Amino acid sequence: MINFTIEDHQGNRQEVEAPADMGLSLMEILKAYEYPVLATCGGMALCATCHVEILEGKDRLGEATNVELDQLEALPEYFPTSRLACQIRIGDILDGAVIKLRGEDN
Amino acid sequence: MITTDICIIGAGPVGLFAVFEAGLLKMRCHLIDALPQVGGQLSEIYPQKPIYDIPGYPEVKAQELVDNLMEQIKPFKPTFTLGERVDQLSKQGDGSYVVTTNDKTQIHAQVIIIAGGLGCFEPRKPVIEKLEDFEGKGVTYMVKNPELFRDKRVVLAGGGDSALDWTIYLANVAERVTLVHRNETFRGAPDTAAKVFDLANNGKIDLILSANLKELGGNGHLDTVILTDKSKTEVKIGTDYLIPLFGLSPKLGPIADWGLTIDKNAIEVDTTDYSTGVDRIYAIGDINTYPGKLKLILCGFHEAAIMMHSAFKYVYPDQKLSFKYTTVNGVNAF
Repeated sequence: MINFTIEDHQGNRQEVEAPADMGLSLMEILKAYEYPVLATCGGMALCATCHVEILEGKDRLGEATNVELDQLEALPEYFPTSRLACQIRIGDILDGAVIKLRGEDN
Repeated sequence: MITTDICIIGAGPVGLFAVFEAGLLKMRCHLIDALPQVGGQLSEIYPQKPIYDIPGYPEVKAQELVDNLMEQIKPFKPTFTLGERVDQLSKQGDGSYVVTTNDKTQIHAQVIIIAGGLGCFEPRKPVIEKLEDFEGKGVTYMVKNPELFRDKRVVLAGGGDSALDWTIYLANVAERVTLVHRNETFRGAPDTAAKVFDLANNGKIDLILSANLKELGGNGHLDTVILTDKSKTEVKIGTDYLIPLFGLSPKLGPIADWGLTIDKNAIEVDTTDYSTGVDRIYAIGDINTYPGKLKLILCGFHEAAIMMHSAFKYVYPDQKLSFKYTTVNGVNAF
């Protein structure tokens, strides 16, 4: 199991754990924990509704792809720490990370 | 006033296929969609992506599926109101409904089907104080009629294709065009970006890079946009219009106020016939929820078939519905 921390829109933090061997994305884990993530496009990096900020541990995740950057950079608010949760696979690279929800929640 | 048997809100794949199922039962449909084209998410978000779980199609591109659905429903002559959002619903004395859009188009129907996917795609708004105060008073999120900007001063914000395209177009229409972009480079089509840089180098437009919108000013109507530039200095620009172009995002919209039972942005339905708790209103496709719900196009198709058989009684209260296969009866066009 991989452990990391989620910070919601109100600033509340919760430690969550996720299996590393099921090929899940961070977006799917956020939904499983019932965080308000729309994920309109279902994980194709096409809608940016799963926008998150990686407050701690971003370097370990590697670079965002061009497709992901296209979406992120079109957003009204975009940070150097921004990523799309649907493009991050659950794995050791996420262990100990702190993730803040940024996508629209309604 | 448009009169029809069934008013379908949402012209995505499920809304379109619902026309076919209605047509088999001789019920006419009118579709409304907030987007200017049919196809919903498929056409708007991923037209060129292949889909692999449509029965009978090992692989089909999203736009191709939409085009095929349009072909399939052609015999039933559906009518469309596109680029308008449903605003109001009013129940008539006989149980039927009148739907009114934001552009005041009215549709009278016996039955309402909500096939709205995740809601209507609305423009993403930048976070700027008092932005809403200036909506319709200088701030607009869409260029519907470019002539509105003739000989006016226009500030566009954004770095995507639509910001670039409209900058180029409006450069020949507006008195002055200023494009504000957060970065130094554009991710849009390289040719288009090159054109924008050319226009700026030739003094035809003002291009302000590495800048962010900060504040709006004006007395009743927008007259100033304040930015922070590269060096974090505030820059004041006199303008008549601000057009923020930051893409679209889905919202449930006014449907949320129709008295339906809503759970996490989805409408609860009875799986016997996908009816909502409100008389003569059904919800199908991604917008509904029930135990075991799967947000799949093929599940939406199934829901459309079941639901139309239930709606028949409202359109033809004096007739008995007899179930027939298309292999027996074919498709009888209107």
